[in-house]
Amino acid sequence: MAVRIQREDFDLGEELHLIRAGRRDLGALVSFTGLVRDRHGAAAITGLEIEHYPAMTRRALEAIEREAAARWPLQAVLILHRYGPLAPGDQIMMVATASAHRAAAFEAAEFLMDFLKSRAPFWKKETTPEGARWVDARASDEAALARWHAPARS
Amino acid sequence: MSLELRYFAWLRERIGLPGETIETGAATVADLVEELRAREDRYALAFSDMGAVRVAIDQELAGLDAPIAGAREVAFFPPMTGG
Repeated sequence: MAVRIQREDFDLGEELHLIRAGRRDLGALVSFTGLVRDRHGAAAITGLEIEHYPAMTRRALEAIEREAAARWPLQAVLILHRYGPLAPGDQIMMVATASAHRAAAFEAAEFLMDFLKSRAPFWKKETTPEGARWVDARASDEAALARWHAPARS
Repeated sequence: MSLELRYFAWLRERIGLPGETIETGAATVADLVEELRAREDRYALAFSDMGAVRVAIDQELAGLDAPIAGAREVAFFPPMTGG
């Protein structure tokens, strides 16, 4: 189980290799990687700045990770999220989940993503040719949490 | 009591500060927001739509009615957009 918050890029292949290195008990390893797109609707995106709340970010991600581990039989979890200035094509973040069987690994990875979207203190600011703007949270992201029967925000 | 405030994303930009230390007698987050709104226009503007503002007390998400007695740090920010 690991949480990493960093400015630097990461090597997806290397991260997945490290998770399974020396292990013979894993039957499934699922990963998701979030990337910076060059468009948002009709607007061209030339850059993406990610701000976060350092004192809270690790705590929030660890809580999400603990919740996933309590719900599925996971043998490994990695949540890695970058912050700072990014460009289209750059990697923003990744999650990886390992389990004996694929269903748990797939479901847990989706769960981590749904919670990370609206419960981890990150904010995105896009740069477009018309200027910079903060990315609005999407109602669909909040709705995605409901399927996990999450407790409502107090 | 003395309280550390933190502002993020467009709240930080509208208020013009990443954070500050204040003295307050506010009992709840909502009382604190009222105090801040009354200070200056930039605060009133930042806190004009509380439906678009999220709150954390000592790094845990909290509601507007949450008490702040004993809290060290209160953060205000827009809905999160991670991932």
